[in-house]
Amino acid sequence: MLYGKYFSIHLKSQMQYKTSFFLTALGQFLTSFSVYLSIYFMFERFNRVEGFTYTEVLLCFAVVLMAFSLAECFFRGFDTFPTIISNGEFDRMMVRPRSVIFQVLASKIEFSRIGRLLQAIIVFAYAIPASGISWTYDKIVTLLLMLISGITVFSGLFIIYASFAFFTIEGLEFMNIFTDGGREFGRYPLSIYGEGVLKFFTYVIPTALFQYYPFLYLIGRSDNLLYMFLPLVGMLFLIPCYCFWRFGLRHYKSTGS
Amino acid sequence: MIELRNINKTFKVARRNAGFGEALKALFRKEYTYIHALKDVTFTIGDGEMVGYIGPNGAGKSSTIKIMSGILNPDSGECIINGLTPWKNRKEHVRNIGVVFGQRSQLWWDVPVIDSFELIRDIYKVDEAVYRRNLDELVEMLDLAEIMRTPARQLSLGQRMRCEIAASLLHDPKILFLDEPTIGLDAVSKIAVRNFIRRINNERKTTVILTTHDMQDIEALTERILLIGKGRILLDGSLSELKKRNSEYRTITLEYSCGEFEEIHGITKQSQINGHAVFSVDTNIITVSDAIAHLSKNADITDISVVGASAEEMVVSLYEEFKI
Repeated sequence: MLYGKYFSIHLKSQMQYKTSFFLTALGQFLTSFSVYLSIYFMFERFNRVEGFTYTEVLLCFAVVLMAFSLAECFFRGFDTFPTIISNGEFDRMMVRPRSVIFQVLASKIEFSRIGRLLQAIIVFAYAIPASGISWTYDKIVTLLLMLISGITVFSGLFIIYASFAFFTIEGLEFMNIFTDGGREFGRYPLSIYGEGVLKFFTYVIPTALFQYYPFLYLIGRSDNLLYMFLPLVGMLFLIPCYCFWRFGLRHYKSTGS
Repeated sequence: MIELRNINKTFKVARRNAGFGEALKALFRKEYTYIHALKDVTFTIGDGEMVGYIGPNGAGKSSTIKIMSGILNPDSGECIINGLTPWKNRKEHVRNIGVVFGQRSQLWWDVPVIDSFELIRDIYKVDEAVYRRNLDELVEMLDLAEIMRTPARQLSLGQRMRCEIAASLLHDPKILFLDEPTIGLDAVSKIAVRNFIRRINNERKTTVILTTHDMQDIEALTERILLIGKGRILLDGSLSELKKRNSEYRTITLEYSCGEFEEIHGITKQSQINGHAVFSVDTNIITVSDAIAHLSKNADITDISVVGASAEEMVVSLYEEFKI
């Protein structure tokens, strides 16, 4: 498969700079470790946050962290898309007989995100048995759905971010509120930030659909089966993202910049 | 077969004056100016032709290339290349074309050139046998054998350009767009690239469209010239025709030991320093032999050369003629 070929080129390229790879991976690990510490100290003071226990919050944190790091590892091309536009590399993609969205996707694979991923795996390894959840099939499916949906929603956000670059390549940092912000907010179940924030992350940017509602089902706070399948609804977020991408591409083809 | 008919393209460009206040104002209300990049551009290029597409910076060359390669769609007009409209049938169309952007690389920077070639083979789904044959041929013609295992970032500019050209021909394109392929190359590399382009056009009958500012490229390669200025095609003709237009002028270069020169009607002095003088002679007014006779009257000439207009001068006079 062609993606596999791109994959091996990226692997070879990044292995040319091994030190840089290890340092970045270490840095990624340490930053997310500091986030973990902040959760740890919070629970040193308070036993529960909004009724959620330490291990429950850790589970929630691990889901978001893993989804984000996987999305960032594979969808990094969209994150660096403004550069692709401004250095003209995008024109090169346009003269190749493959879909451009695929080429952008394959243009970058960031293996150093493995640092963050490792952190997520460690937290999972601790929180899954420690959370006291009895892992029946439906719970396992819920957890997997949360992860897959999380990757999808974050990828969608990256695609939106990239699509803006078709119109302007200045001041795109505001989009980080939604991508990095989604990750930062996501370390606690979204309800602790209050009604307004929860609504925003349900209806506008559907991070709550993979993070909060199915999580309630997972820890047994709710037995509403609908909550288990809300991550699937969250995945539909990709559709408007894709439409926006098409719209941006059409704009690009008529302005050339 | 490339056919462009009445292609028009206008760009809307946000305009803003310098200064913080102006930048703030631009946030809320933008003023736009419209730039007519292409006006009724019409031309036809047959299979196997080699065409030089010239014009000053900002004349519309790259817009035309972008339209022909499916990156940009025009506001109006028709463009049919081998039966396809580039911006509507992008994927099918680009299979038949190769594009070399002189200033941007298509090779993956950190891996050996051969790895890039293999990925390009997979992107274009080139048949293995065809790929082998093309690769062997290109490696031989462009003398790439020794650099195939070198990462692209370690290549010299000339080596890289040879690889770029090879990379754009691996899938047997019928048409090759070369956007300033010799920019920044040393003399040896330039000649190697030119020889190769001529050969590929002769042997494979690949249609070549070449944009360049290097008039030696034009002189060495193309029979036909398209001149664009301010978005219009100003001239479409053969290089020899163009030369005829400018054939009334000769440049006489003199080395002399002592003496004076006098300008008369038909002879214009262009420079004179340290025993070296250059004159331009209008042969409609005075013949070359009369001019030489006149110039040698009062001076002791040690060396003399007479040349017709170079492509460089022809283009300058064309730019002047069309005021672009």
